[in-house]
Amino acid sequence: MIKRRPLLGGMLAAGTVALSGARARAATPGVTATEIKIGNTEAYSGPASAYGMIGKTEAAFFKMVNDQGGVNGRKINFISYDDGYSPPRTVEQVRKLIEQDEVACLFNDLGTPTNTAVEKYVNAKKVPHLFLATGANKWGDYKRYPWTIGFQPSYRTEAEIYGKHITAATPKAKVGILYQNDDFGKDYVNGLKDAFGDKYDTMVIKAVSYESTDPTVDSQLVTLQSAGVDVLVTAAIPKFAAQVIKKLADMAWKPQHYLTNVSISVGAVLKPAGLKNAVGIITGAFIKDSTDARWANDPGMKEWRAFMDKYMPGTDQTDGNTIYGYAAGQTMLQVLRQCGSDLSRENIMRQATNIHDFVPATLLPGVKVATSPTNYHPIRQMQLAKWNGAHWENFGDVIEGSGS
Amino acid sequence: MSGNTLAMARAARGAGQPAGLLPTAVVLAVLAALTFFLSGYQLFQLTTAIAYGIAILGLVILTGYTGQISLGHGAFYAIGAYVTAILMSVYDVPYWATLPVSAVVCAIFGLLLGFPALRLGGLYLALTTFGLAVALPQLLKHPLLQDWTGGVQGIVITKPDPPAWLKLTPDQWLYLFSLAVAAVLFVLARNLLRGRIGRAFIAVRDHPLAAEAMGIDIAMVKTGAFAVSALYTGIAGSLGAIAVQFVAPDSFGVFLSIALFVGLVVGGVGTIGGALFGALFIVFVPNVAADISKAAPDAVYGAILIAVMFVMPAGVAGTLGRLLARRS
Amino acid sequence: MAGLLHQILSGLATGGIYASVALALVMIYQATHHVNFAQGEMATFSTYLALMFINLGLPYWAAFVVTVVLSFALGVVIERVLMRPMANAPVLASVGVFIGLLLIFNASTGAIWDYTTKAFPTPFGDRPLLGGYISGHELGSTAVTLVVLLLVYVFFRYTRLGLAMRAAAYNPVSSRLVGVRVGWMLALGWGLAAAIGAVAGMMVAPIVFLDPNMMGGILLYAFAGALLGGITSPLGAVIGGFSVGVIENLAGAYIVGTELKLSLALVIIVAVLVIRPSGLMGRTIVARV
Repeated sequence: MIKRRPLLGGMLAAGTVALSGARARAATPGVTATEIKIGNTEAYSGPASAYGMIGKTEAAFFKMVNDQGGVNGRKINFISYDDGYSPPRTVEQVRKLIEQDEVACLFNDLGTPTNTAVEKYVNAKKVPHLFLATGANKWGDYKRYPWTIGFQPSYRTEAEIYGKHITAATPKAKVGILYQNDDFGKDYVNGLKDAFGDKYDTMVIKAVSYESTDPTVDSQLVTLQSAGVDVLVTAAIPKFAAQVIKKLADMAWKPQHYLTNVSISVGAVLKPAGLKNAVGIITGAFIKDSTDARWANDPGMKEWRAFMDKYMPGTDQTDGNTIYGYAAGQTMLQVLRQCGSDLSRENIMRQATNIHDFVPATLLPGVKVATSPTNYHPIRQMQLAKWNGAHWENFGDVIEGSGS
Repeated sequence: MSGNTLAMARAARGAGQPAGLLPTAVVLAVLAALTFFLSGYQLFQLTTAIAYGIAILGLVILTGYTGQISLGHGAFYAIGAYVTAILMSVYDVPYWATLPVSAVVCAIFGLLLGFPALRLGGLYLALTTFGLAVALPQLLKHPLLQDWTGGVQGIVITKPDPPAWLKLTPDQWLYLFSLAVAAVLFVLARNLLRGRIGRAFIAVRDHPLAAEAMGIDIAMVKTGAFAVSALYTGIAGSLGAIAVQFVAPDSFGVFLSIALFVGLVVGGVGTIGGALFGALFIVFVPNVAADISKAAPDAVYGAILIAVMFVMPAGVAGTLGRLLARRS
Repeated sequence: MAGLLHQILSGLATGGIYASVALALVMIYQATHHVNFAQGEMATFSTYLALMFINLGLPYWAAFVVTVVLSFALGVVIERVLMRPMANAPVLASVGVFIGLLLIFNASTGAIWDYTTKAFPTPFGDRPLLGGYISGHELGSTAVTLVVLLLVYVFFRYTRLGLAMRAAAYNPVSSRLVGVRVGWMLALGWGLAAAIGAVAGMMVAPIVFLDPNMMGGILLYAFAGALLGGITSPLGAVIGGFSVGVIENLAGAYIVGTELKLSLALVIIVAVLVIRPSGLMGRTIVARV
């Protein structure tokens, strides 16, 4: 397991010598005349293994790119390791990717705590840390961490949009929040605080949390109902979102319901919970849903479906992670195309922070990927949508988040 | 149960045999020499393995020597890690000075858990400790502790630099530092377990009534073992935190406790040296499993674990000990 | 006040989930004196099997019966193939195998049937009853749990097989001497526990929805319920399961808030166990020296 490769270098002196020797061989680590190495960490095992599908989709996506001739004459070597969603293992795997595999850049590493654990190290090594698969607001601090860039709209921005909509539509609302007790859930609480400002304490009459290990959230819903909540904001992962939608119907309780876009898959949330039970739910979406009849003939989704049929046969197409992974893969490809023949780490980072209105196939109409050296939030837009019993019906304009 | 204690006693005797100072010194020298042959990443892996090894040693003391099962040692590991992280980030305490503090803090927590553990044998203790492992991440996230623990965001700490007069990289220095700490802790454990206290542990495990008749204070021995075990695991947590440079509730879920327990049974319950094999297993085998199958790494890991249990029911060290004993 | 009543009823409904899984734990403990940590994941696996049969077009109850039978067989096979060779190994090695099984079942369920949340049908209808306080399924599944409880109770108390099984676990050597086939008793215990687990899974899934980690959180609560009630007593385990559900809800809603409800529930359970180490209904086992 412990590779003997650096033995020779080690005999001469310390490991650093071996490393600089490697650097002298190739202009950029991970880039040869025929290949470019991209590293990734993913949760293939452990509590978050559902997200492993993102990594599998990206591996299949790059295989398709290679089959079509690669990019600028080079094949992509996508190296994805399992970290089990455990920060210590992320550190181990990222160090392996950078020090042993010598990847040119990291791409779409999963998770907030996991990426936080390596952020400092990756920036010290000056390795592009691109398009992280996390909705935390903190990614995009280009002054402190110039080599780390996020990807999707942050949960906090999303919650802020709900807050503004609540203020406009129902200014006298008694808001209740149900959130998962982790960084994901707490970002929604913070976003609503941003939106409501001083009025937060009068607007939000009850905020209750649940743990991802809780069997049900029934008790929490009873608490919210008893408190007299009439507008409910739910920041829950799909399983619990489905429980909430169904339980609300069971309880015959009908608050105006805002639901995180993490859990708006028709196939994986609304259908299990009952399509009728979900009528009236409001969300802010940025990605197309494969189970939404609206996209049956959409060219972008047709392209995605063709990819799925050929490169991921037998995979559950209702899994939104495949759609997300496809959009992320396309964005990475766009950066490599922009790089041209200069695949130095500096140029990869420069191109990743100079994307001008790129439109991946699986994003909602009007939503674009755009970055600049002072804006590290690639996707900032979303549009409010309401479930009408058959599909998500967009309303209002495409809203641009603050992206600060 | 009797077959189990017999096996453990046999294994314990194996550990008690004078393995000799020379082989130990040679092993230590080889491990230290690795500093100059391995890359930074590999040294980091070994440093984590050392931390886990110390934690598993804590479990060996508790489970192997006093027969109390804990499925929640990840909690002590977490407490140790957080003590170090808070001291380093909030109070600017140097990394090495945090180790004694987390040792004391964890020993106190171990003592506190040791009291109910007196009344709760076997399964009940397993549940209580497992519950602790499940509950601890939630406690770490609690708003009242958030100012210290950083809540869900956790705490990022800086990697210690080697002393200026040593021409070493931080990875090399940290590996050597951890190795030295581990060596001291292993020697102390060995002396403790081979002496009067160790015999009291074993007596309490195998024959509590007889032990009591001999004048051993069972309550004190059992809670004491809990405290020592927690102390070891706490120091391990501190080293782990310094190596990873980050602590967060997600780093210390139930999976950590289960991993430490797996390390215990794979290494061998009743032997000090087994802790090292166990630690290597839990650091390296998950990666092997993921290389074999990305679809279900845990299934491969589980299968390897079961296979090891089949071939070596007494753990690596237990089986090695028996083989050596048979030859001589 | 309505809130309190609703919390208690909702706690009982959740407690019913714990109780049904706790019964499977009691079964395996009575039969083998082990607690199988993989019990929950095996139940999840069985539930996916049931869903597969239903999707293949089998009527609900047919799928139910087929699943229970298959799960029984699966339990027997695991005992024969994996546990039997471990019979003389240290207890901790068996625990190692349990953990291995847990990982294998959890990961392969995800690999075979994907990780997306799935609905599971209920045979009891889903109409809200009592003005939304309880659903038809919650009532029906509680009834099923009570029926299983009755069966387990009668089995251990009044059948020769049940007696033989308890004897085999309690004192294998003497049992062998009086003609009990101890090996098969263990296998039977595994089979029955797996079958009860399958029933529990099918009753739980319509409430919490089916995903590969469905039983992860539940198992701890079920374990707590079984120990609280007394792991040697089926009735105790069921009462324990319901109690844990109610304690947890009340603690979360009125005492410490949802962040600490698990911690407080555990503290209460440990406190009870410190006072009554064999659980509320369990027999105290006196060891002879």
